[in-house]
Amino acid sequence: MQAADTAAMPLFTGPEWTFELLEVARDAIEEIALGDLGLDVYPNQIEIISAEQMLDAYSCVGLPLMYQHWSFGKHFARDEALYRTGRQGLAYEIVINSNPCISYNMEENTMAMQTLVMAHAAFGHNHFFKNNYLFQQWTDAAGIHDYLAFAKNYIAACEERYGLTAVEEVLDAAHALQAQGVFRYGRPPKPTIAEREAMQRVREGHQTGMSILELWTDATLGRNREEDADFDPEASSRRKQMNLPQENLLYFLEKHSPVLEPWQCEILRIVRMLAQYLYPQKQTKVMNEGCATFVHYYIINKLFEQGRLTEGAYMEMMHSHTNVVLQPEFDDPRYSGINPYALGFAMMQDIRRICKNPTEEDREWFPDFAGDPDWRRVLRDAWANYRDESFIQQFLSPHLIRKFKLFTLADDAEQSHLIVSQIHNKSGYRAVRRDLARSYDLAYLEPDIQVTDADLKGDRELKLTHTVRDGIHLAEEDKDEVLKHLRRLWGYDVSLNAVDQDS
Amino acid sequence: MHHFIDRRANPKGKSLGNRQRFLERARDSIKERVDRSVREKSIKDGGGIPAEGEKVTIPSRGLKEPRFHHSSKGGRRRHVLPGNKDFVVGDTLKRPQGGAGEGGKKASEDGDGSDEFSFTLTRDEYLEILFDGLELPDLVEKATVETETIGTRRAGLTTAGTPNNLNLVRTMRNSLGRRIALQRPSAKSISDLEQQINELEEIEARTPDQDAQLAELRQRLEVLERKRRVVGYIDPLDLRYDTYVPEKIRNSRAVVFCLMDVSGSMQEREKDLAKRFFLLLHLFLTRSYEHTELVFVRHTHHAQEVDEETFFYARETGGTIVSTALEKMKEIIAERYPPDEWNIYGAQASDGENFGNDSIRCKTLLLEDLLPVCQFYAYVEIVDENADMLLNNPEVGEDLWQNFREVKAQAAHFEMQRVSQPSHIYPIFREFFLPKAQGGQHAGS
Repeated sequence: MQAADTAAMPLFTGPEWTFELLEVARDAIEEIALGDLGLDVYPNQIEIISAEQMLDAYSCVGLPLMYQHWSFGKHFARDEALYRTGRQGLAYEIVINSNPCISYNMEENTMAMQTLVMAHAAFGHNHFFKNNYLFQQWTDAAGIHDYLAFAKNYIAACEERYGLTAVEEVLDAAHALQAQGVFRYGRPPKPTIAEREAMQRVREGHQTGMSILELWTDATLGRNREEDADFDPEASSRRKQMNLPQENLLYFLEKHSPVLEPWQCEILRIVRMLAQYLYPQKQTKVMNEGCATFVHYYIINKLFEQGRLTEGAYMEMMHSHTNVVLQPEFDDPRYSGINPYALGFAMMQDIRRICKNPTEEDREWFPDFAGDPDWRRVLRDAWANYRDESFIQQFLSPHLIRKFKLFTLADDAEQSHLIVSQIHNKSGYRAVRRDLARSYDLAYLEPDIQVTDADLKGDRELKLTHTVRDGIHLAEEDKDEVLKHLRRLWGYDVSLNAVDQDS
Repeated sequence: MHHFIDRRANPKGKSLGNRQRFLERARDSIKERVDRSVREKSIKDGGGIPAEGEKVTIPSRGLKEPRFHHSSKGGRRRHVLPGNKDFVVGDTLKRPQGGAGEGGKKASEDGDGSDEFSFTLTRDEYLEILFDGLELPDLVEKATVETETIGTRRAGLTTAGTPNNLNLVRTMRNSLGRRIALQRPSAKSISDLEQQINELEEIEARTPDQDAQLAELRQRLEVLERKRRVVGYIDPLDLRYDTYVPEKIRNSRAVVFCLMDVSGSMQEREKDLAKRFFLLLHLFLTRSYEHTELVFVRHTHHAQEVDEETFFYARETGGTIVSTALEKMKEIIAERYPPDEWNIYGAQASDGENFGNDSIRCKTLLLEDLLPVCQFYAYVEIVDENADMLLNNPEVGEDLWQNFREVKAQAAHFEMQRVSQPSHIYPIFREFFLPKAQGGQHAGS
């Protein structure tokens, strides 16, 4: 009786929030998030911040602690100007992939918005961070705070010891290569100490063996080398030793640059560690926002059903929700690409629909889960095991392609016109889906640049190779600027060759 | 396990370090813009820098954060777009200007798409940059000369003092409180009683009752009157006097006299240089003093006090008698700016011409009347752009220059300089304000 009474009472009635109300709302949200949706979250640390602090957080890529660099000051100045002139609002929240999961809520939010934001960030994003495989494999949510504190102090200490300019030079260069500072496909495995010692022994033995072997090769097998002009055993072993080709330029520089001091290497390491930490977020924009938006939408509807939200609060949340998931069409002046919130949310809702009310088409396309009685598990499974590219490739249904009226526009620089190559019809579904999935594949979006050779005993030229796909080259001006930075870090000549993959 | 944390009270300016690094990096371009904005501003409103800051737009050249990224042009691309209305496979579209769809967006995403970067400098940052070349830390000490006067300051209340310092309000408040506390009979209660007694007395034939009443009333009246005498209206206890203590008062008011020759030989260029000279001095002083005023005195063969607009832009014809302006300045000081209350600064710009032997008179006026009351007096002579000979030889010069040189020899807070282009202005100020031990006496040396 008493339980029914409290359930029917609205959680709050006015627009103003207090910590007591936040506490009450959070408990109600948690009940649904964990009990009903079966989410699994890190403990929450919800922090209320002011607009200025939000701008601060903006400028430092959303991280709670950051070393100091002029570019963050520049971003702050720009965001502040936009905000003060009213050309850009501020986010309602920022959430950090850490354990405990920190979310920043703006103090200006009304109580209804705080509720929405908690459901979105403290449960939606939080669950995603904790369960998605990319985050599990690539980020250390428990250690990030300590690492950030270490990075900040280390760089401050360097500034004190080596001067602002010297540190700035290294950071500028490292930032320029940040996107090339991640391992996309796999990191070098971390050997245990025992393994390392074993490797050390093997390596020593190997080297002795090699030098004897080289004697032999030089003396007796020299003739063969002339026959095989392309094969250069010296270069080959060198490349093997340096783990080449290497896609992670910052890692390579850190390990092999002939001119960098240990502290400079450590700075490169810091920059690349943070790049790697943020890399999963770049790969899961649609899913992450889709998951959080789905969670907040489900929870506020549940709360409203239970009579725990007033109509006013519910309408305010719905208003904000619809704004967030708006997808303008391509010819709309507001169009600026596909809205990850819109696509992500629509896909989550669609998965739920396919489980609950599958059509014939759905059964044909998604035999694995169409009509699955446990849509919650299907969604949780999707959130855990995919990234944007594979998620779209697996879960985008013809129904949604029709709903969004997606079509593919082929743009070939050699043709005078753009050609509509696929539309939302039976023969186009798969192709549109593939094209869309591809446009979320970072490995495809970002240029593929690798270190292919560096002869430390010879001319020490660092050779990079840019694998050109689909005839798309690098933007020239920026390329030259980045190469200058690269030269500074390497200390010797750097060359970048474009190799066309298709030819 | 969860908790809420209120971070709003955390110290502000977490990104101050980033901002300083950013300003340092963009220093050159910011400085250039600041210099330009100085030229366009009026002196009077503090160089026109609003308290909330100055918006500056600088070229984004040195602020780029380059990255390897795909060119937005060329190659074979596929864009997936929402909202197909009536396209069918094979339809062709004209290529939109400035790259299609995503291509266009990407270019601006990294923020380097535009060549300019706009943001707001706070007033302090603006001035810091403006005075950067002036080595401000050295200046502050030297230039914030403040006169001192002995004044008095209120120092609360005492119970003893002279009648002219009696604080009526406090005294009356004490008196009222005491009267209420001791229940001093009011004048009205006594007059009421007296009236009743009178009424009874007027009755010819009083009943014994009335007699008794009268006697009682009289007794009461007597009690009241005695009480009224004992509890005085104002008691020495109530008295409060204001006290004052003598104190040295620092005058943080400054007045800048801008003196300029506006005869025909002073053209646009000369006036622009003069304006920058005045503006910089004024800006510097507004930083050091709480309150600054400007007085504009222009002269030909006679001097006038005018407003800023007239000073810089109105035309006037006539000869050149410099001493008239100095006379005028002396007059205005006597009238409105007593030197013990004001820090007086003089700034004079001229092209160096003067009538006959008026220059000797100028020397006398400066040495005898003006310099003793001024904190600082600066003179600039604006010379031809290609007058290297003059710039490099402080010994050479006309009458006025020679006489001022004699003044300079005698007064440490008098400075003179020749300028021929805007870039000379900063170094002059450095010369003007730099401690003597470090700086040379002349720009040319």
